[in-house]
Amino acid sequence: MGNMTEKRRLELEKYFDPKGSFASLRMAQMKRAWKQSNRRELNWLENTYIPTLMEGLWLTSKHFFYNLTFHVFHLFGLYKEIPAAVTYQYPEKPRPLALRLRTRHRLTKREDGSVRCVACMMCETICPARCIEITAAEHPDPNIEKYPFEFNIDLGKCVYCGFCVEACPEDAIRMDTNKLDIAEYTRQNMIYNKKRLMEG
Amino acid sequence: MPTLTIDGKQIEVPAGTTIIQAADKLGITIPRYCYHPALPVSGNCRICMIEVEKQPKLQISCYTPVTEGMVVKTNSPKVLGVRKTILEFLLVNHPVDCPVCDQAGECKLQDYYMEHGQYDSRLSDVKVKKEKKAFSIGPTVMLDQERCILCTRCVRFTDNITKTHEFGVFNRGDHSQLDVYPGKQLDNSYSGNVVDICPVGALTDKDFRFKCRVWYLDKTKSVCPGCSMGCNITVEWDKMRPAQLKKARVMRLKPRHNQDVNDYWMCDKGRYKYRFIDENRIQHPQLNDDVILWDRAIDTVAQALKSLKSFNRTDRIGVLASAQLTNEDLFVIRKLFKETLKGAQVDFRVPQPPGDSDSFLIKADKNPNTAGALNILEPDADAAGIVQKAISGDIDLLYVFGHDLIALWDKKTVEQISRKAKLFVYQGSNINDTCNYAHLNLPSSVYAEKTGTFTNCQGRVQRIWPAFLPIGEAKGDWDILSLLSAKLGVPLGYQDSQEIFKDIAATLAPFSEMSYEKISDKGMLLKLL
Repeated sequence: MGNMTEKRRLELEKYFDPKGSFASLRMAQMKRAWKQSNRRELNWLENTYIPTLMEGLWLTSKHFFYNLTFHVFHLFGLYKEIPAAVTYQYPEKPRPLALRLRTRHRLTKREDGSVRCVACMMCETICPARCIEITAAEHPDPNIEKYPFEFNIDLGKCVYCGFCVEACPEDAIRMDTNKLDIAEYTRQNMIYNKKRLMEG
Repeated sequence: MPTLTIDGKQIEVPAGTTIIQAADKLGITIPRYCYHPALPVSGNCRICMIEVEKQPKLQISCYTPVTEGMVVKTNSPKVLGVRKTILEFLLVNHPVDCPVCDQAGECKLQDYYMEHGQYDSRLSDVKVKKEKKAFSIGPTVMLDQERCILCTRCVRFTDNITKTHEFGVFNRGDHSQLDVYPGKQLDNSYSGNVVDICPVGALTDKDFRFKCRVWYLDKTKSVCPGCSMGCNITVEWDKMRPAQLKKARVMRLKPRHNQDVNDYWMCDKGRYKYRFIDENRIQHPQLNDDVILWDRAIDTVAQALKSLKSFNRTDRIGVLASAQLTNEDLFVIRKLFKETLKGAQVDFRVPQPPGDSDSFLIKADKNPNTAGALNILEPDADAAGIVQKAISGDIDLLYVFGHDLIALWDKKTVEQISRKAKLFVYQGSNINDTCNYAHLNLPSSVYAEKTGTFTNCQGRVQRIWPAFLPIGEAKGDWDILSLLSAKLGVPLGYQDSQEIFKDIAATLAPFSEMSYEKISDKGMLLKLL
């Protein structure tokens, strides 16, 4: 314990040393403290807050009218080289996504439209969030043999790691729907069943 | 006694031992498909090839007897090369449909391919496909001929162990296939064993089919409670996904090797008798159809016992113990009803009709612990007599352990007992018709939730281990009884089953010198005079 206090004392000494490595940091801290404790008194005009209000209104209106004008010009095909606001018009116009981005899962289909998955449970086994639940059943066609009777992914739990896609030996699950906006009112609805996953 | 060297380790074995057996003794595993220690050697899979010094060609280790001074190499480059080539031959017509195969995960073909093979297929021809993919060959087993590597383990099993001769290998070359003989079905009472011995996924269990992948399974050693043979088994259960499959925990039972009891086998009756562990269980103590707390349940019984004891009418207590209980449970019954409440009438020998039996593993007595119950309870009363007395109103408190009295006697008898007895307690794991007539139902745990010992028909005391916690509010049988005993003012002071067993070994002569450590997983014989 005695050693600890000694160590702490040395640390503090180093911190307060005017020529030490902490000097500039301490200087900045002191300046900030000085500014905060030495605020200028406002004059009567500033006390009405009107000049600052007008200043803010001016800045907002400047951008608003600028963007409005140029968006209207763009509609008519004029001044295309001058950019207007850079915001994405999100719900109408989705942002372009990278090809390799992992988005919501889908189950791929065979030529006849049935599910491609053979319920080998590789994805269920590898899933670190344990969000996949498969119940296997006997397929009427003995050459297919096994198919998922139930296939649920709990997207509320999913961490979008993409292990399921990598583990799949049949290319039956993919994360290429480009759907990111998954919102539901209940947790139960976040569990996507086989039908919803096959709709893509 | 020839001495030989395998991979630099020396071992002395009896003459006539094969190299693979000697290697197994040393703990060196030589790959094998057709070799099985309990079946005659056929030597057709060739995967167990090893190099013997001074012999120009490689030998199959399952059929080569050891000789004095033999020097064997199981992992030389020559052996590994041959193993790889043989795997290539075995996989020529194999469909490699591991994703849909139930054996994947415990498949030796898959394992050795990952360990030794790892080649890219050089096959340019199309694989020979069989007529049918998977089809049923009996009530319990499905056959997939494409996956079969023709090791003939199952053929030898039905020829030598069950002697029912269902299987055969038909046709030649690429077209040779395993099948049952025309008009025959694999329907003997040991058919499930062919699934265990099949090294690949050609024979799969209908009951287990697609239910669970094997890597999800946890394994617990246990003893089959199906009959008095006490076959050693492994309870394989799934804790990863309890929400699925209707909350069933136990997925399958597999036989466990014990040379003195069941060797490598078990019967189908025992193999598929596991659903009662998860289904139809009593979850809470119930007093006249009301769910109550344990405290009140114990109080109810204890008060009845106390008043009977204070009036010196312990002879009006009737206890129908059960040979389904472990030795530990029975010993606590003995402590409580034969020592604390001296005079109570205790018996377990209810008149059960004898079940089917054969000369191999199935015994007529369907209780796992009859020998233990006889030695521990030393009953002097008579179960039929106790029931008769209960009907005539001479029994005030009837305590039944898991027996379905309606099946054993009839509905009218149980109705009368329910009317005449002051308290009719049913302590058991599963709901049956008798529960509806009992005044008090106490939920107890099943064998897969217990630590304890069973004594089989040979007098062999064998251990069981708990796989998981009891369902709902169920408690172990001895646990309930020791709570009851404490309420009566005679605490038994047992913390776990091991302490009870120590007490059994100290008090009862047949169990003397036994302990859990000594019994371990092979069992120990009773000392009978």
